[in-house]
Amino acid sequence: MSMTITEKILAYHAGPKHVSPGDLIEVKVDMAMANDITAPLAIKVFKQTGVHSVFDPERIALIPDHFVPNKDIGSAEQAKLMREFATEYHIKHYYEVGQSGIEHVILPEKGLVIPGDLVIGADSHTCTYGALGAFSTGVGSTDLGVIMATGKTWLKVPPTIKIEYEGHLQPWVRGKDLILFTLRTLGVDGANYRALEFSGPVIKTLSMAQRFTVTNMAVEAGAKNGIIEPDEIALAFVDQRSHRRPFVCTSDPGADYENVIKIVVDTIEPQIALPHSPANVRPLSEVPHISLDQVFIGSCTNSYLEDLREAATILKGRKVAKGIRLIVIPGSQLIYSEGIEQGIIKTLIDAGAVIGPPCCGPCLGGHLGILAEGERALSTSNRNFMGRMGHPKSEVYLASPAIAAASAVLGCIAGPEEL
Amino acid sequence: MKLQGRVWKFGDNVNTDLIIPARYLNSSDKDELARNCFADVRPGFVEMISPGDIIVAGNNFGSGSSREHAPLAIKGAGISVVIAQSFARIFYRNAFNIGLPILESKEAPLSIQEGNEVSVDLATGEIVILDTGERFLAEPVPAFLREIVDAGGLVHYIKKKGLAERKTE
Repeated sequence: MSMTITEKILAYHAGPKHVSPGDLIEVKVDMAMANDITAPLAIKVFKQTGVHSVFDPERIALIPDHFVPNKDIGSAEQAKLMREFATEYHIKHYYEVGQSGIEHVILPEKGLVIPGDLVIGADSHTCTYGALGAFSTGVGSTDLGVIMATGKTWLKVPPTIKIEYEGHLQPWVRGKDLILFTLRTLGVDGANYRALEFSGPVIKTLSMAQRFTVTNMAVEAGAKNGIIEPDEIALAFVDQRSHRRPFVCTSDPGADYENVIKIVVDTIEPQIALPHSPANVRPLSEVPHISLDQVFIGSCTNSYLEDLREAATILKGRKVAKGIRLIVIPGSQLIYSEGIEQGIIKTLIDAGAVIGPPCCGPCLGGHLGILAEGERALSTSNRNFMGRMGHPKSEVYLASPAIAAASAVLGCIAGPEEL
Repeated sequence: MKLQGRVWKFGDNVNTDLIIPARYLNSSDKDELARNCFADVRPGFVEMISPGDIIVAGNNFGSGSSREHAPLAIKGAGISVVIAQSFARIFYRNAFNIGLPILESKEAPLSIQEGNEVSVDLATGEIVILDTGERFLAEPVPAFLREIVDAGGLVHYIKKKGLAERKTE
């Protein structure tokens, strides 16, 4: 029987040779992940299970990234609780501030996810790792706490929606624009409980960074997971980072899809998500020159070295417009360091950007760039819900790093071609 | 179990940032979370409601962030059950895991108005608008999730099944 890549990975981790959408299965988890906000509740649940050790201290990743460096006493207490748990239970993949960064950037960077893996994280953007041909999905803290005890969880096999991208990309159109365009097509619940398989020749031309951007936002359509069949680009990425043998699989030619959506990319422009929904998307040419107070380049969606380089290319020899705060937060300590070595960070600083320590920053309204009443920000992150980055009467627009950099220079929403 | 309460009505796509804004996630204490439930869209929600009241919403309730603090805040505020046309998948799991009853019904939220007195039978899924006498049947809860609810949440369920005995034998 033919299966999709998602079904094959789920079957591999559940035991039977074949699974179908709707099947309720119990799966073995290759990697379980939590952060400084979701881990404290998960640890409480883990302790309630009564076990004395975690299922495997090498298969749990605890990443402080949301409210670190500690933004207040409450956050400090939560980070401390996670740190102490990591020490007590010998958690191998705990990365302290200074060696770490954003969870979804760190796990692939450190080789903790490879093709065919099944990863469960207590964070909705865990779907990011699908770019490596892994099954990965977000859960809450109770599910994660139980996984830390048992190494297993239950899942319902999702039907798959395939998105096929064909044609040639316009200048300045990146993975971010493809996923924003797709979200406009699907809506915020258009893939609820579904697997989203991103395919077609255009996907194969994207770098790993851009593929992570695409799968990262699968959850904004409600998807259980986003996935891309692993190719030589994905295998080269993991080969440099992991010694484990990947379980490389692709969808069978006769696999059953709930829906196949073909998107011809030739006419797609850079895309902007307007407040207050990531699916409220318009092409740049239809968006007026809306004035801004802040531009944020960062988050698990767009904080890769390639993203910072793209911004630096545009900002080189230019200045951030008067009245605009440009905040750049590299996704990891390694990206920060490489950005310094390559002169990218210097270019950004010279243009007037302030660089923050690798963490989630203002994306979820935590710290390092909160918006006041009536302020407007353009952000490379993934959500622009009401109040997401601060005051409920602030506004967030989502776009790619190229649009963010150009907008920072011009002081309003604009593209690099207007410079 | 039969529940009865006054309805607080919400629309589509109520995301977990609206249920509990991230600035309150520096605590996982349920009373503190409850105090800040719907802080931006319905300030003072916890003071407005009476224990046992019911939330009725449209499609995709609980979308966005996986924060379990969202169902904890709703439960902590005293809401007895959430009825929505559909739920986002992580919220759906979280609600069962922490023991917040939720019911899916395409029709009931279209007829129920804010302030209505509604009764809900969790065992049969029957929803009754007491003001008008209208009756609806919610989508049945999958048998497996029913077992989790009956056990008192996921932790009690795995203990009952012996799944957590790996290292304690």
